[in-house]
Amino acid sequence: MKVSFFPGCSLEGTAREYGESIEAVCNAIDIELQELSGWNCCGASSAHATNEFLSIALPARNLSIAEKAERDLVTPCAACYSRFKTAEKALTGESPVDVEIPFKGEINILHMLEFLCREEFAEAIGRNITTPLHKVKAVSYYGCLLVRPPGVTHAEHCEDPGGLDTLIAKLGGESVFWPYKTECCGGSLVLTRVDIIHRLNSRLLDMAREAGADCIVTACPLCQANLDTRQEEIGAGKGIKYNLPIFYFTELMGLAFGNQGVDKWFGRHFVDPRPLLEAKQLL
Amino acid sequence: MAVQGERTFRDVVIESVGEEIFDCYQCYKCSAGCPISFDMDLLPHQIIRSVVFNQKEKALSSKTIWICASCETCTTRCPNEIDIAKVMDVLRQIQVESGGEAKEPRVPVFHQAFLDSIKKTGRVHELTMIRNYTQKSGDLKEKLKSGEWKNDVKLGMKMFLRGKLKVMSPKCEGVKEVRKIFKQAAEHKKK
Repeated sequence: MKVSFFPGCSLEGTAREYGESIEAVCNAIDIELQELSGWNCCGASSAHATNEFLSIALPARNLSIAEKAERDLVTPCAACYSRFKTAEKALTGESPVDVEIPFKGEINILHMLEFLCREEFAEAIGRNITTPLHKVKAVSYYGCLLVRPPGVTHAEHCEDPGGLDTLIAKLGGESVFWPYKTECCGGSLVLTRVDIIHRLNSRLLDMAREAGADCIVTACPLCQANLDTRQEEIGAGKGIKYNLPIFYFTELMGLAFGNQGVDKWFGRHFVDPRPLLEAKQLL
Repeated sequence: MAVQGERTFRDVVIESVGEEIFDCYQCYKCSAGCPISFDMDLLPHQIIRSVVFNQKEKALSSKTIWICASCETCTTRCPNEIDIAKVMDVLRQIQVESGGEAKEPRVPVFHQAFLDSIKKTGRVHELTMIRNYTQKSGDLKEKLKSGEWKNDVKLGMKMFLRGKLKVMSPKCEGVKEVRKIFKQAAEHKKK
C-alpha cells in the first residue's frame, strides 16, 4: 500500500524519533510512505491567527500536490492535520473559498493514528507483535486538534476518543482511563507564555500520575515536546520528580514489534523511558 | 454609530463566522471549558457579547484574543454552533491588520517570526525562527539581564545532543510558489 506522506516541519527537528519510528513501523507492515514532493509548511496557528487567506492557501498547495499524485495524504502531526482538514472544508464546502489553487477533494486526508488504526492493517500489526507490552500502564493523550472541532475532523467521539486506547491494548499494554484525553497542552504558546505551558502541562502530568499511569502516549509533536522537554522544570517548581516517559504511539508499536531502532529513539527523549521499560523487562 | 451602508466591526466578523453569533444566550459553556480562562481579561462568552454589541475597542484590546490557544473546545461544545475559536481568529486578524499594539505583544511577534521563516524557505526552521523571535520580542534582552538565558542555552544543548536541533535550513522546491501565496495574502485583508 502506498500513500502520500506529509512529515511536517518538526519531524526533522524536535520530533525526530517520531519520524524514525513511523518509518520503521510502516516498513514492518508494508506501507510505502511517499514523501509529498515539494511540500510546504501548513502555516500552523501563526497563519490562521493573522491572515485567513494564508491559512487556507498554504495547506491548499499541499493538498493540490497530493491530489495530483492520486493518493491519500497521511500526516503525523495533529496541527498539520487540522489545517489540512480545515482547508479541505473551506475549499470544497457549500460556498468554496477561491485561493487560485486547484483542489477538488478527491483524496482522503488522514492523521497517522487514524490511518494505522484502519481495519485493513489490524492483521499485519498483530502478526508483527513479538514483544507484547505487558505491564505497561499508559494513558492515551489525543490532545486538541486530532479530534476537534468534530465539524472539521468528523471524529466520532470527540470528548472521549478511543482509537489510541484500542491500539495500546492490542499491543499488549494496559490503557488506563483518565479524564484528560483531549485537554490542551498550550501548543502555540510554547515560546510566548511559558507560564501557561507550565500550568497546563502540570495538570496533565498530575492527572496521569493520579490515574496510576507510568507513561503518556501521544500522537502529536507539540504535545510530546511540551510534556517531555518541560517535565523536569515543571516538577522542580513543585518539588516533584514525575519521571513519566512521553511516548509517540509509533515508538510503542516499534517496541512491540521488536524493532532494533528503539534505543536510538528513546535516547532522544528528555525523560529517558529505558529504565521503566527495563524494569518491565521490555528492553 | 456607523453611517448607514458602512460596514461595522460586527459586520466584518459576521462575514467570516456567520449569523449564529446572535444565537448566543450567554450559557458560559465556552468559558467553563476554556483551559486558558484563568488568565483571560475577557472570558470567551464576554468576547462574543462584545462582538454582538459591536464593541470593537473592547474586544480588540483584550488579552484574551492573544492567549487563546485555539484548542477548539469552545467551538466543539457551543450549543448554538457558534465557531468561537474562529471569532478569536478573526479578531486577531483585524487587530494585526490595524497595526495597533496588541495587549500581549509577544504573541503577534512570534506569529510574524514563524511566518517569516515559512516565507524564506517554504518550511519552518525551528532554530532560525526561535532566534528571530527572541531578538524581536525583547525576550533575549530580558533573559540576558535576568540570567534566564543560561537555562535556554542548557535546553538548546540538550536538544542538540539528542539530535533534535536541525542546524541546516530546510529546502523546499516550491518556495517561489509559497512566496506568491504570501503576496496574494497581503492583498486579501479584512477591511
